[in-house]
Amino acid sequence: MKAYPKYLLERVNLPGSHTLAVSRAHAGYSALESILKTGKKPEEVIAVVKDSGLRGRGGAGFPTGMKWSFMPDPAKDPRRRYLAVNADESEPGTCKDRVLMERDPHGLIEGTLIAAFAMRVQAAYIYVRGEYRLSYQRLELALQEARRAGLVGKNILGSDFSCDIWLHKGAGAYICGEETGLMESLEGKRGHPRPKPPFPAGFGLWGSPTTVNNVETLFNAPFIMNRGAEWFRSLGTKASTGNFLCGISGHVERPGVYELPFGVTAREILEECAGGVWKKRKLKAFFPGGSSTGLLPASAIDTPMDHDSVKAAGSMFGTAAMIMLDETACVVEASRVIARFYDHESCGQCSQCREGTQWLAQIFARIERGQGKREDIDLLVSLARGMAPGKTICALSDAAAIPTLAVVKHFRAELEEHVRLGRCPLRHESSGPGAPASMEEAHA
Amino acid sequence: MALSARLKAEFDELVTHYPERRAGLIPALHRCQEELGGWLSPQTLEDCAQFFGLDPVEVYGVATFYPMFRMTPPGQHTISVCHNISCALRGAEEVLAHVCRRTGAKPGGTSPDGQFSVLRVECQGACANAPMLDLDGTYHEDLDLAKVDQVLDLVAQSARAKQGATP
Repeated sequence: MKAYPKYLLERVNLPGSHTLAVSRAHAGYSALESILKTGKKPEEVIAVVKDSGLRGRGGAGFPTGMKWSFMPDPAKDPRRRYLAVNADESEPGTCKDRVLMERDPHGLIEGTLIAAFAMRVQAAYIYVRGEYRLSYQRLELALQEARRAGLVGKNILGSDFSCDIWLHKGAGAYICGEETGLMESLEGKRGHPRPKPPFPAGFGLWGSPTTVNNVETLFNAPFIMNRGAEWFRSLGTKASTGNFLCGISGHVERPGVYELPFGVTAREILEECAGGVWKKRKLKAFFPGGSSTGLLPASAIDTPMDHDSVKAAGSMFGTAAMIMLDETACVVEASRVIARFYDHESCGQCSQCREGTQWLAQIFARIERGQGKREDIDLLVSLARGMAPGKTICALSDAAAIPTLAVVKHFRAELEEHVRLGRCPLRHESSGPGAPASMEEAHA
Repeated sequence: MALSARLKAEFDELVTHYPERRAGLIPALHRCQEELGGWLSPQTLEDCAQFFGLDPVEVYGVATFYPMFRMTPPGQHTISVCHNISCALRGAEEVLAHVCRRTGAKPGGTSPDGQFSVLRVECQGACANAPMLDLDGTYHEDLDLAKVDQVLDLVAQSARAKQGATP
């Protein structure tokens, strides 16, 4: 395999990689130090990040420098300003930020501080999903070390830059990964997303200017500041610069989190990184970027993994969480599992989403059980079209609708076969179709 | 009843992290659940409501929104088995069925001896190490049924050791 230069995962395999000593011995905090010692101005940092082309790694791929520049001018708007770090990683298939937080927490703290400096933010909150206990512990220890070393808090490294960083524990709701749901949750409420506008930069946490950034996004900042925008643009493609973390899971020989430049093909990741499809089987389909990105058939495996190419292939780059299905997998069962997830996670504010996710889950379940009706397939499409795009407060409804439309588009014949046979043609004899379904009922 | 002096002191510090007191509610509920038997009793919710200056119903509304908060007392140990897509593709249902067989608990329920609560949970972010389960806050990954047995045997051993130490 071609050896690609790495930076995101440069430190994670060092012994004691989560400690300040190891981080500092390997360039940790050197970008922050250089910004503060050379008297760089916040707008200069934003200019470099803009110039680098860095795009958000939390799923939407929005240009980070531009997002930072949306924060109002503090000379005209004296309100307190906040940064919220979205560490509520919970899109099924996505397990990349966890690696960074557990094994290089200082890298995230440095990235957070650089963003806070650039946006003149006085306090940052890292919203860590509640289940990530090790991430939380490692970040807690790292923050203690950083505070003692004068890297977090008042007058950082003797400069006039001050910023507090607080950890905040979530409690298991997927919707809190949506930026306005996250802010509501951080304020101590149910994670109900807010209608936009107003956008967070104008009216965010406690009604003040706020920016929400993903962990991996911020993790890129120190490297960009140290090595320059030009270096960053030399990695990846024109429109998607730098490296990204790809978590590949499902039916592969070596599932894992790999660091790659944008533009590498899905095939190369599957075959070179993950060792190919497991058990010498063939690939049937894959989700390129997490469960909310449309399933693609195996024929799309040569798609380059960057925002534009995956979009052109009819799906989305998302969080680069590739979920691979081998030839024995049932796409109806996969759809059932995913639809059930969105049903469980809908916050219930919008009726399209509250009702739609439930209907999708029930219809996929009955088709998989062999009780589907012919008209169910068109009903799936009609429901999904009523749920998206842009018909609800947030994108959870879209996240349920998109994979539904994709599965009907690419695998209509398999859905029809379930209905025609009155059973799943792919389920193994040993685990009868009744078993998992009845377990599920016991849960409900 | 009221919050213990220790928790109250902890929460007094916690609320200084935020410009508004209420923001400390969810972290505080976590600490209560950790310290007070693994669940949030009506009394705990009332105590938190009092501390944060909220109506109890408001605190209840928040607590019940979040799947990690439990409104009924769990067993001695809680096993959460992820059943989302990456785990499902690599045998999560078999892991869950095995955990249920071994513990005698049904998904969403507690074993008759009160030792184990078993939960189906959504994606825990261990997709590249699927299937997985979380036992009392620690992830166990890359599971097969033999590994599940090892994990459960360890719990049984430590329970016996505890009983031996404090007869």
